[in-house]
Amino acid sequence: MVKKVIQKFKVEFLQVLNEKGNIDKNLMPKLTKEKIKQLYESMILVRTFDDKAFSLQRQGRIGTYLQVKGQEAIQVGATILLEDKDWLFPMYRNSAALIIRKHPMEMILQYWSGDERGLKSPDNVNNFPIAIPVGSHIPHAVGAAWAAKLKGDKTISLVFFGDGATSKADFHTGMNFAGVFQVPAVLICENNQYAISVPRKIQTNSETIAQKAIAYGIRGIQVDGNDIFAVYKAAKEAIDLARKGKGPTLIECLTYRISDHSTSDDASRYRSKKEVAFWMKRDPVERLERYMARKKILNPSYKEQVLKEAKEKVENAVKLFEKIPEQDKSEICNYTFAELNQQLQEQCTPLKKNG
Amino acid sequence: MANLNIVEAVNLALLQEMKKNKNVILLGEDIGVNGGVFRATDNLQKIFGKNRVIDTPLSEEGIIGTAIGLAVYGMRPVAEIQFSGFLYAAFDQIVSHAARIRNRSRGRFTVPLVIRTPAGSGIRALELHGEQEESIFAHTPGLKVVIPSTPYDTKGLLTAAMRDPDPVIFLEPMRLYRAIREEVPEKDYIIPLGKAKIAKEGTDLTILAWGAMVKATLDAIEKVQGKYSIEVIDLRTIYPFDTETVINSVKKTGRVIIVHEAPKTSGFGAELIATINEKALLDLEAPIERVTGLDTPMPFAKLEREYIPDEAKIIIAVEKVMNF
Repeated sequence: MVKKVIQKFKVEFLQVLNEKGNIDKNLMPKLTKEKIKQLYESMILVRTFDDKAFSLQRQGRIGTYLQVKGQEAIQVGATILLEDKDWLFPMYRNSAALIIRKHPMEMILQYWSGDERGLKSPDNVNNFPIAIPVGSHIPHAVGAAWAAKLKGDKTISLVFFGDGATSKADFHTGMNFAGVFQVPAVLICENNQYAISVPRKIQTNSETIAQKAIAYGIRGIQVDGNDIFAVYKAAKEAIDLARKGKGPTLIECLTYRISDHSTSDDASRYRSKKEVAFWMKRDPVERLERYMARKKILNPSYKEQVLKEAKEKVENAVKLFEKIPEQDKSEICNYTFAELNQQLQEQCTPLKKNG
Repeated sequence: MANLNIVEAVNLALLQEMKKNKNVILLGEDIGVNGGVFRATDNLQKIFGKNRVIDTPLSEEGIIGTAIGLAVYGMRPVAEIQFSGFLYAAFDQIVSHAARIRNRSRGRFTVPLVIRTPAGSGIRALELHGEQEESIFAHTPGLKVVIPSTPYDTKGLLTAAMRDPDPVIFLEPMRLYRAIREEVPEKDYIIPLGKAKIAKEGTDLTILAWGAMVKATLDAIEKVQGKYSIEVIDLRTIYPFDTETVINSVKKTGRVIIVHEAPKTSGFGAELIATINEKALLDLEAPIERVTGLDTPMPFAKLEREYIPDEAKIIIAVEKVMNF
């Protein structure tokens, strides 16, 4: 008889850029000044869009909207690494990821205004329709990655989900299939501390979400999700490994949902001002600005220019959004099946008659 | 030409389609080395290898969830769910995703996925091993629901399902798996989804049935042969369903019985009655009768025969409708 330790595990945490805007040179990924500017400009663009979408909702010009605010570093830092042929499996809080993935901003607004056409992926990229049920898209990402592996394509799947999703059976089964079949998928958990009002501690008694990867026999890492360099570095490693046939990675990004859950939520009912203020100081955009200012990549005129261009792009998207023609009523029927069957032909004919 | 039962017809359809289309892959529990608990995939892993006949972890939501991703990417997965009662675990994946990805992506992404599963009771199996869920899936926009009743139809319908651009729920009548043998051609053929079959022609009464209930009906009417001329229509596809064949028959006979194993209330029989009322009310000579399961969970093995429509119950209904 024997009693002994048969396995020991460790969980890594990665931060490259701290709150003060200082970097660890040994950990810093290789990024040219131009690339850093691109990351910054992308973060400003998606934040400008996010703010605009929120105000459009308040004006009644779109329906519900779920803000990205505070989580830009994750979505920009990881998505920017994808190739067009790769597959993105976004969820409802992924407007930033979609913008980076060439999904026209006017179409994102179109979707949130209640028009299905906004979900249609541009032809040159594979953006899956955003998941509304929590976590149930994780197996889809794993399945698509699996198909790429079976076909011998060097294509990967990237899926975003929140801390709440890790409680779902779909997370478990997705992680499990990903591990067993060693598929080229990168699974990014945006741990923003809340699933609507329920804090992360109530989702799981695990110390970290990253450590859940261990149980499935896949790589897992926790990164500072408000540090775009850490996200970029971890995502690049995971994507490169997946593309080389080295299987999946779970990346837990620690962040905070600065906004309410949705435009129908009031987060002051369940979180303190102090807590929000703590995280505001860790804002991912301001943190990158501090670093760039120190490195003399950012000066007031450049910053002003970036903001101006972002506003122009977003305002232009709003104009395009408002010019989108209404859809024909018969569009309701055209996409349930490849062809209208006997039942639908009968039901849909009156829609056509009424124009 | 071979004399096959339904399980062997499933196997032959899979084998031939996998040879024809390299994107067809099978995934499920125990379908590889073991060939499936009913042997529907017997020998296929040996022929096509572990990358095309895949034993998965034991998770129905995982099988269907990943099959959706596989299908969207361009594979043609055929998922086996060991018993249809285990489909409930994958319900969210089927209803929230498989059934509506074409719609949500405005046609950019599609899910050419076949979900094969043995359904129905009558083999004295464990509880939840004898469910008949056709109306649940027929009531889910975006799904096609197919239920074969013979070996010949099984091969033709399954082949059609594997070439269909949309998700198909393929409910195999477990009770008939080895109950009928008939000639099944080796040659390539399909039976189009959405087309019913006149299983037996008649002029006095129309009986509408599908799956295992077709055989129960044919067996029952043999007992009243010579007395009434009964037309039996095998729906074959529950959604979409063949209104034309049903209505033409009703107009000819004026009397209708519907036989299904699923619970009576909100069963697919109710939909058929509504359709007949819409299109042929004035042709009816008698109220439409239903012979169905009950609004109870399927009883365990000892009482299952009391629940399932059988020859005796069908004959009672025939006499009632004919003597109205």
